[in-house]
Amino acid sequence: MRLVGAFIVFMALWLLLSGVYEPLTIGLGALSTLVVAFVTRRMDAIDGDRVDARLNPLGTIGYALWLLIEIAKANWTVMKIIMSPSLPIKQHMFSIPYTQKTDLGQVIFASSITLTPGTITVETEPGHFLIHAVAFTSDDKAALADMDRRVTATEKAEQK
Amino acid sequence: MSQLDTLLEVLSWFFILSGAFFVVIGAVGTLRFPDFWSRLHAASVTESAGVLLVFAGLCIQAGFTLITVKIIIIGIFLFITGPTSTHAIANAALVTGLRPKEVKGFAGVEPEPLTKNPADPAEPE
Repeated sequence: MRLVGAFIVFMALWLLLSGVYEPLTIGLGALSTLVVAFVTRRMDAIDGDRVDARLNPLGTIGYALWLLIEIAKANWTVMKIIMSPSLPIKQHMFSIPYTQKTDLGQVIFASSITLTPGTITVETEPGHFLIHAVAFTSDDKAALADMDRRVTATEKAEQK
Repeated sequence: MSQLDTLLEVLSWFFILSGAFFVVIGAVGTLRFPDFWSRLHAASVTESAGVLLVFAGLCIQAGFTLITVKIIIIGIFLFITGPTSTHAIANAALVTGLRPKEVKGFAGVEPEPLTKNPADPAEPE
């Protein structure tokens, strides 16, 4: 069943990326999709690793929009630093605790920190991330804690 | 109809040009910033604002076609791989012992990262 789902998703992606809808190309596409689905199944037999994707769809879209606004704001700040003649940088490394339960949630939080210019996730350690900021201000930690709360809110409650 | 076309054209060029502006800003920042760690941040301006704005402009240029779908797929892909590669570079620098120059009033890294290995031969003196 999972294999059929994977085949449908791969085929849809292939059709979107191809744009040439003739019998020969679609046939070749279906063939390559089948090979990919087969290889995926073989790989699954070796490690069986699955991503635990428990995300709330609406919450995730809302978070993505919020993140875009944050990226725009952070870009503006970094741009002003680059353009200013005195180059007012204030580098600092600090750690931020994370509260996400799932691996995917932690990845989203760490990537969001790196995506917003001005902060980079340097190291992941159990319970917290090590962040490098180029222009550290005292409210950076509060802003990142707010982001942490928002990412955690997109996670679905654990099903039992 | 042609008025709408003009509007879309102006909008898409606005996006493409402002995206190009941010790409240039990222390049200028990479040159102006003093050390490795701050340069990483300048590069991330190119990677986020530059890519987003240029892609938005290109999407408007392409209209409702398969090309727009492809651009959006590439955009999502870049938004996942970009931070991953930045993190890989930053982490490699940290592990090999490179530390940012901290400003006055901040004493070193807080807390000292667990991965620091004094016996590491790659650690500079």
